[in-house]
Amino acid sequence: MSESSSEQVLRVDAYPTHEVGGYRVRAGKPFPFGANVVPGGVSFSVFSDQATSMTLVIYKRGEPEPMAELEFPQEFRTGSVFAMTVFGLDHENIEYGYRADGPYDPVTGHRFDARQVLSDPYARLIAGRDVWGVEPDRSRGYQYRSRVCLQDFDWGDDTPLGIPAEDLVVYETHVRGFTRHPSSQVTAPGTFAGLREKIPYLKELGINCIELLPVFEFDESDNPRHNPETGEQLFDYWGYNTVSFFAPKAGYAATGRYGMQGDEFRTLIKDLHAAGIEVILDVVFNHTAEGNEQGPTISFKGLDNATYYMLTPEGYYFNFSGTGNTVNCNHPVVRNFVLDCLRHWVADYHIDGFRFDLAAILGRSADGTPLPNPPLLELLAYDPVLRHTKLIAEAWDAGGLYEVGNFPAYGRWAEWNGKYRDTVRSFLKGDPGITGELATRVAGSPDLYSTRGTSASVNFLTAHDGFSLADLVSYNDKHNDANGEGNNDGGNDNASWNCGAEGPTDDPEVNALRLRQMKNALAILFTSQGIPMLLSGDEVARTQQGNNNTYCQDNELSWFDWSQVDENSELLRFTREMIAFRKHHRELRSTSHPTGQLRDSLGLPDISWHGERAWQPDWSAESRLLAVARCGTGDDDVVYAAMNSHWEAHDLELPALPGGRSWHLFADTGAEAPYDIRTPGAEVELENAGKYLIGPRSVVILVGRTPDADL
Amino acid sequence: MTLNVKERRNKAGTVLVAIGEINSETSGSLLQTLLPLVREGRPLRIDLTAVTYVSSAGLRTLLVVYREAQHAGVAVTLYGVSEEVRFVMSATGFLDFFSTGEAEAAAAKTAAKAAAKPVARAAR
Repeated sequence: MSESSSEQVLRVDAYPTHEVGGYRVRAGKPFPFGANVVPGGVSFSVFSDQATSMTLVIYKRGEPEPMAELEFPQEFRTGSVFAMTVFGLDHENIEYGYRADGPYDPVTGHRFDARQVLSDPYARLIAGRDVWGVEPDRSRGYQYRSRVCLQDFDWGDDTPLGIPAEDLVVYETHVRGFTRHPSSQVTAPGTFAGLREKIPYLKELGINCIELLPVFEFDESDNPRHNPETGEQLFDYWGYNTVSFFAPKAGYAATGRYGMQGDEFRTLIKDLHAAGIEVILDVVFNHTAEGNEQGPTISFKGLDNATYYMLTPEGYYFNFSGTGNTVNCNHPVVRNFVLDCLRHWVADYHIDGFRFDLAAILGRSADGTPLPNPPLLELLAYDPVLRHTKLIAEAWDAGGLYEVGNFPAYGRWAEWNGKYRDTVRSFLKGDPGITGELATRVAGSPDLYSTRGTSASVNFLTAHDGFSLADLVSYNDKHNDANGEGNNDGGNDNASWNCGAEGPTDDPEVNALRLRQMKNALAILFTSQGIPMLLSGDEVARTQQGNNNTYCQDNELSWFDWSQVDENSELLRFTREMIAFRKHHRELRSTSHPTGQLRDSLGLPDISWHGERAWQPDWSAESRLLAVARCGTGDDDVVYAAMNSHWEAHDLELPALPGGRSWHLFADTGAEAPYDIRTPGAEVELENAGKYLIGPRSVVILVGRTPDADL
Repeated sequence: MTLNVKERRNKAGTVLVAIGEINSETSGSLLQTLLPLVREGRPLRIDLTAVTYVSSAGLRTLLVVYREAQHAGVAVTLYGVSEEVRFVMSATGFLDFFSTGEAEAAAAKTAAKAAAKPVARAAR
C-alpha cells in the first residue's frame, strides 16, 4: 500500500467548533461556492447580498421532509457569503437547499420568501428529475434538489484535442434525440451512454466536433401544452430552460437514477476525445427556468433576485430572451457566476468549447443597453482556464439586437453566421440577385469578419431551430400544428422551397430534385471557408414533417431514425466524402480571407471567380451560376466548385491549369450515384479538359492536379 | 443496508466475497479490509456475485483499491458482477478500468476457439 492512502492528515479545520441543530459545524470557506467535501464533512457556501438570514436545509435522499434545518450563525458570514462546514454527513445520501430570509418588495427587486427551499446555484448534481419523462411528484415542496458529489473522475491521459478552429467540422445534435429512436439499437437509448455507443458512426462520418444542445439540468415536464391532434403530453425537449447550471441533466444519463450522471457524461467526453472528437456545449445564460413574475421560484429569484435578473424600474423582468426573464449577465457577481460555471465544465468535464444561446444578451447592461465593451465577454475571452476553448456566439437576441459580424470578439469569439445560412438558402432555391453575396459567404464572409479571419464564421444551413435539410427542400411553409400553438410559433422566413410538392410525394422527379438539392447544400457548405456545422441527421435526410420548431417534440419528429442510415445511404455517402474532401484540401480551411493575389508557385490567384466563361463571373441579378476556384500554397491542388441554382444546364468553360495539372472530377450532384461523388484522391480526369456541362440545379466540384499525384 | 465480507485463501491467491451493497456507508470498512490484502501482494479476486448495488462512492472505493493494486503490482480481478452493476459500471466508464473475471473467461474462450480453427484459417 502506498503511503498516500494510509497517511491520516490531521488538519485544524477538520474539527467542529459549534453545534447547530444538533449537528457539529464550523465556519466554512467562502470559496469555492457550492457544496464541497472536506475532511470530516461537507462545506456549504452560498452568496446572497440582501438576505438577512440563511438556513441550510438538509434532506435524507428522496425524503419529502428535511432531516435538519441549520441556520448559519452570524459569524459564519463573510461579506455576503454564508459558509458552513457540517460534520458527519453521508454526502452521498443527502440532498440540500437553502432558505433565504429578507425583504419581499418586488418594486425594489427583492423577492425573498423563507418558506421556499432554494436550489444551490452551484449545485453539481440535481435530484428530482432523475429519469426523463417520469411525471414528478409536484406536491413536494422542494422540486430540484441540490446534491453533493465528488469530483475525482479518473481522466487517464485525456487532454484537450486542441483542434484548430479552421479544421473543425461541427455536428450539432441532441443527447436524447440521437439514440432515443428504437432503431438506434443501443443499450441505453436516449442517454450519454447511448451516444457513446454511436461514436464509431460519428468517426466514420468524419466530423471532429460534436455540439450538444443544452445538457445542464432542466425540467422537460415544465411544458404545460399537449399535442392538439393526439392529446399527447408535450415536453421541453430542447432544454433551453436551465434549472441548474453546474449539473448535468440526470434524465440524459442511464445512471441518473443513481446520481451518476456526472461520471456517465465524463466517460462520454473521454471516449469522444479518444476518437478525435471535441465537445462543445450549447449554453444558455440569457435566461433561466424561473420565468417572469408568474414563474416558479427555484434558486436565483429567492437568493438574490435583484442581482441575477435585469429588472425594470418597477421591478418587472426585462424580457430580451423572449422567455420571460433576462439574466443580468454583466453584473459583477453574475459574470463571475458565468465564469465559474464555464470553468467548471472545462476543468471538471474537459469540455472543449461553448456555443452561447442568444449571446447578444451577454453584451447588455443591467437596463438592457448594449455595452460597447461588455465585461463578461472580455472576461471569458481572456480567462486562463477558458483560454483555448472555442467560444461561439449566437450573435442576436429576442430583443432585436443583431450583432452578426459585430459581436465583441476580443480576438476569440466566433459566431453562428446567420447571413451565411440565409444567403445560401436563398441561392439554392433559385432567388435572383444573390450571386454576389454568395461569393462573399463562401469566401468566409470577409465583409463581416475582415479582421477576425474565416474561422470567426460558423457556417450552417440548418440547425436545431428551424427546418431540417430534408424539410428545407420539401416544404414551403412551416407545419407546426403539433406544437399546440396554432402554427404561430417558429420562424416564417425560412427561405425554403419544396421542389414542386408540399411534403412527402411519390413523384420521382420531385424526390430526385430534393436529393440533389440536399447534395448541393452539403457541397456548398463543405467547400465554403469558415467552420462548417452540420445538423444531426441531415446526412440521412432526417425529416421533422415540416415542423420548424420542434422544441417540444420528444418523438419521431425529433429523433434520429437510424433506419435512414441504410435507406438514405446515398446521401450519407455523399456527406462523408464531402467532409473527407474538406479535410484533404487545406485551401478550403485557410484562416485568412482570400484576396485574389497570385500564388507564385502556381501562377493562379488564391481565389478566382468564374461563370460560363472562365474568368468571367456573371454578377448580374438574373445570374444563378457561380464558380469559384481556390488554390493553396506550395504543392496544393486547385479546387474548383461550380454552383448552379438555375433550372437549366450550362456549358462551363474551365480555367486553364498550370504545371501539368488537369481537371479531375470529384463531385457532380447532377450525376447518378455512385458517380455523384468520389473518394478524395480518386477523382477521375476529365476527358474534355476545357469544358464541363453542369446540369440544372447542380454543383460540380473539380480538382486540378497532376494525373499521377500521389494523394 | 449492510455489507458482509468473507475471505477465502487458496493457492492462486485471495478471494474476498462481498454480500450486500457497496455504498458510502459500507465502502469505508470495505476499503479497510481490502487494502491490507493488496499489501500482502497475493493476487486478489473480489467476488461481487452477491452484491446488488454499487453506488458512486462504492465504485470509487473499488477504483482506489484497484489503483493501489496497480501501484503495488498486484493483480486484482472483479468477479461475478451482476447485470445491473455491470450496466452501471459500463455506463459510467468504471468497467473500463477493471479486469473482470468475465473478461478473462471471454478471452480464454476466444483463445480456445482460435486454437480450434487453425486449419480453417490457414486454408483462407
